[in-house]
Amino acid sequence: MKAIVNVFLKNGVLDSQGKAVQHALSGHGFATVSDVRVGKQIIIEMNETNAESAKAKVAQMCEDLLSNTVIEDYTIEIQA
Amino acid sequence: MKTKVGIIQFPGTNCEYDTQNAFAALGCETQILWHKEDSIPEGTDLLVVAGGFSYGDYLRSGAIAKMSPIMKAVKEYAHNGGKVLGICNGFQVLTECGLLPGALKRNEGLHFISRHHNLKVISKSNTFLNQCDADDILNIPIAHHDGNFFIDPQGLSKLYENDQVLLKYTDEQGKISNPNGSIDSIAGICNKDKNVFGLMPHPERAMESLLGSNDGRRMLEGFLSA
Repeated sequence: MKAIVNVFLKNGVLDSQGKAVQHALSGHGFATVSDVRVGKQIIIEMNETNAESAKAKVAQMCEDLLSNTVIEDYTIEIQA
Repeated sequence: MKTKVGIIQFPGTNCEYDTQNAFAALGCETQILWHKEDSIPEGTDLLVVAGGFSYGDYLRSGAIAKMSPIMKAVKEYAHNGGKVLGICNGFQVLTECGLLPGALKRNEGLHFISRHHNLKVISKSNTFLNQCDADDILNIPIAHHDGNFFIDPQGLSKLYENDQVLLKYTDEQGKISNPNGSIDSIAGICNKDKNVFGLMPHPERAMESLLGSNDGRRMLEGFLSA
């Protein structure tokens, strides 16, 4: 079983990297770009058969280590 | 009796010997504590989480270090009233493990900043800055990529209410000059109980006027008089 974790800065926390990428894209002629956010993706292979229990474990990992909940939000997707 | 200082060392820490030198110069007994240790030596008066790039700053600055065995002992030491000082990466580790509020984000300008900067003493009513005067301007080196202090509005008002804001980035005259986007230009804080301190600038690198500034002495000396 595979868990795909996406970690992004919370709404309202300035994403300086996202802004820099947005400016670069706009300056490069991609006029329709209105916002960019930069985050990270963490892919975890697990020896699990139950998606629900896998998700609960990954959520705990996110709270303990993978994200800093003061400034970041996370999403978890479980793939068979 | 000599003040006994323990200095925490993770893989990637690189300011532990500067910190050791600084406290030795102030007459302290010092000891480097490897992160695999799971207890703090008896009689330790101060624990310093030194600067550097613990675990290469992988994932987030200070994130992996907080999982090290010694951090459990550090937390216990702090919860029993022991004094802890986090400098630079040490500050990041202390926010990551919850001993200090807030978080350190990537610098607003995205650059690594390494230069001397002026700091204004906001509160001296704590162990750390008791040898300074309020509104003192200190010239201390900064060297960081993730020094942009963030805390939510409620957290920020609590910091002010409890007199936990210790230092702000300013110019020589004490006017706010913010190098990294930190909220309210905050450079250093303490916890509510005023026994855990964190700052991004490096007082241990400001011990000799010959090397640019000795203002760091006045800061670190605070721990001797306690």
